[in-house]
Amino acid sequence: MLEVENLTVSIGDKTLLKDVSLHIAEGETRMLFGENGSGKTSLLMAIMGLGSYKVESGRIMFKGEDITRLPTNERAKRGIGIMFQRPPTIRGLKVKEMLELIKRDGRDPEELARDLNFEDFMDRDINLGFSGGEIKRAELLQLMAQDPDLVLLDEPESGVDLVNISLIGGAIRQLLEKDVHKNRRKSGLIITHSGYILDYVEADKGCVLVNNTIWCTGNPHEILQGIRDHGYEGCLECQK
Amino acid sequence: MSEIEKRALAAKEKPGKYGPDIKLEDFTLEAPEYGEKPLAQINEVDRDRLLNAGVDVTGEGRSGSFIQVDKSVIHAAPTQEGIEVQSTRKALEMYPWLEEYIWQVVQVDADKYTASAELNFQDGYFIRALPGVKSVFPVQACLYLKAASISQNVHNIVIAEEGSELHIITGCATDSPELTGLHIGVSEFYVKKNAKITFSMIHNWAEKIDVRPRSGIRIEEGGVFLNNYVCLHPVNSLQLYPSAFLEGPGATARFNSVLLARKGSHMDVGSRAVLSAPGARCEMIARAITMGGEVISRGLMVGEVEGVKGHLECRGMILKGGGRIYAIPELDGKVEGVDMSHEAAVGKIARDEVEYLMARGLSEDEAVATIVRGFMHVDIEGLPPILKEQIDNAIELSEQSLL
Repeated sequence: MLEVENLTVSIGDKTLLKDVSLHIAEGETRMLFGENGSGKTSLLMAIMGLGSYKVESGRIMFKGEDITRLPTNERAKRGIGIMFQRPPTIRGLKVKEMLELIKRDGRDPEELARDLNFEDFMDRDINLGFSGGEIKRAELLQLMAQDPDLVLLDEPESGVDLVNISLIGGAIRQLLEKDVHKNRRKSGLIITHSGYILDYVEADKGCVLVNNTIWCTGNPHEILQGIRDHGYEGCLECQK
Repeated sequence: MSEIEKRALAAKEKPGKYGPDIKLEDFTLEAPEYGEKPLAQINEVDRDRLLNAGVDVTGEGRSGSFIQVDKSVIHAAPTQEGIEVQSTRKALEMYPWLEEYIWQVVQVDADKYTASAELNFQDGYFIRALPGVKSVFPVQACLYLKAASISQNVHNIVIAEEGSELHIITGCATDSPELTGLHIGVSEFYVKKNAKITFSMIHNWAEKIDVRPRSGIRIEEGGVFLNNYVCLHPVNSLQLYPSAFLEGPGATARFNSVLLARKGSHMDVGSRAVLSAPGARCEMIARAITMGGEVISRGLMVGEVEGVKGHLECRGMILKGGGRIYAIPELDGKVEGVDMSHEAAVGKIARDEVEYLMARGLSEDEAVATIVRGFMHVDIEGLPPILKEQIDNAIELSEQSLL
């Protein structure tokens, strides 16, 4: 589904990602761990083609096509969707209007909103005055309307209370077709700091970004436990 | 000579406090006379122009209609019992008491434009809701410029008697985009005890038209005045600064404006509210976009007694083509216990908002259009759906030209 090959990305004279390679298969869910400033969000932004990120070398392949130079909206049209950690407010654009603009054929925004207990927000401006949990639900609602094949989630559990995290976990499982056990098509790349999301969404693999590059890949639970026990320094030691 | 006339004569050279000065002698007061006619007899070309200004020439879904072309009132009739729609001249003949409503909330000697409205009076509309009567549909009023270099001078009086409700939509338009002209419109509004007026004005002027409306509003106890002003078409210069006097306890005023200034347009638009009774409330919300034009967005709230509340908000967006937006929010609290605030922001379209929408699959142009559309759509509390639809239509039409 997604193949990031030797990707080096910079902003100005600052290198944000160094020689990053990542392969996510169709139907695979990948957890991405890493300390603050390691480049996790930059990787998602680069895959989506956002910001002033400059690809210095390497390439991004999606469904066999080189999308490295494609504009963001073309990547979205090809099936990549992203959940922003801190999305902007768009005044005057109602949630329901946004859903109508972006929905894939056959998707019913009202029904999706009911699933996410978000009906009361449909006439609100996008993200205006939303709490942390409401922002996450608004983001997931948009993704459900888009129905992307590859879902990029930037810390879906941050700022969410224990009641809402279950709701959010359910929506992510739905997005990633976790109830489909054979020929699952949906893939995901999920950034997590705390690892709480692993209690709600099963992942096939985990990997760690340290010093702007992918350091190791393996069982997500084992990686998380290793980080809890030894910190990210442990990751560095482990690879020596 | 009456006292009013004397004051007008004394002020006939007095420049306006704001806005570029206009030489009145560059315009003519002469125009052909047009007779009154039923709405159905208005020709097709005029019909389309009126429609763009929000006037439905079928008269359907309206509680009354008023149309004035240059200095001739061609149609003035209500369609709902208890609602009066008349030419000001005829109303003054019919109701001697109306003299008490003339030049009460707008000063005749405020500047040369108010003076001209008195000295060169060319009618205008009189709209009134009788006590307790609620207009089912809005009353529509249109002031139309047709003759070359015309100076149109009208004086409008709107009265909502006690407990009544009046919705008015006014559209102003010109016969040709090439027309040169000046529109001077004095409007005096009286919102009696527990009455309500919603007044929505959509201006469709042209590049060589100068516009100087002069409005005053008196609001009594429990009265509500809701003013919506939309100007998305080119205009040479536009300067308006209506003043609301909230004189009764619990009086409420809201001003919403949506402006789009293209290259060559100068708009100096704002409003003033004097809150002089306990519990008076006022809100002013302005949205301004420039594509090369100049917008000065003013707002002044004066809190004269304890327990009044007001909020003023101005947001400006500078699109491709540059231009200028100058926001001047002013608060004047004169006693302890007033609660007034303001916020103002001027900037370009935020890149992160464009990218956010692109990440949802919209092209860059679609994203920009969506953001601009959202920016211009102000949520107006208490606006009847039919008026909201009219304002939305005006914005939609303008968006198409933006793209």
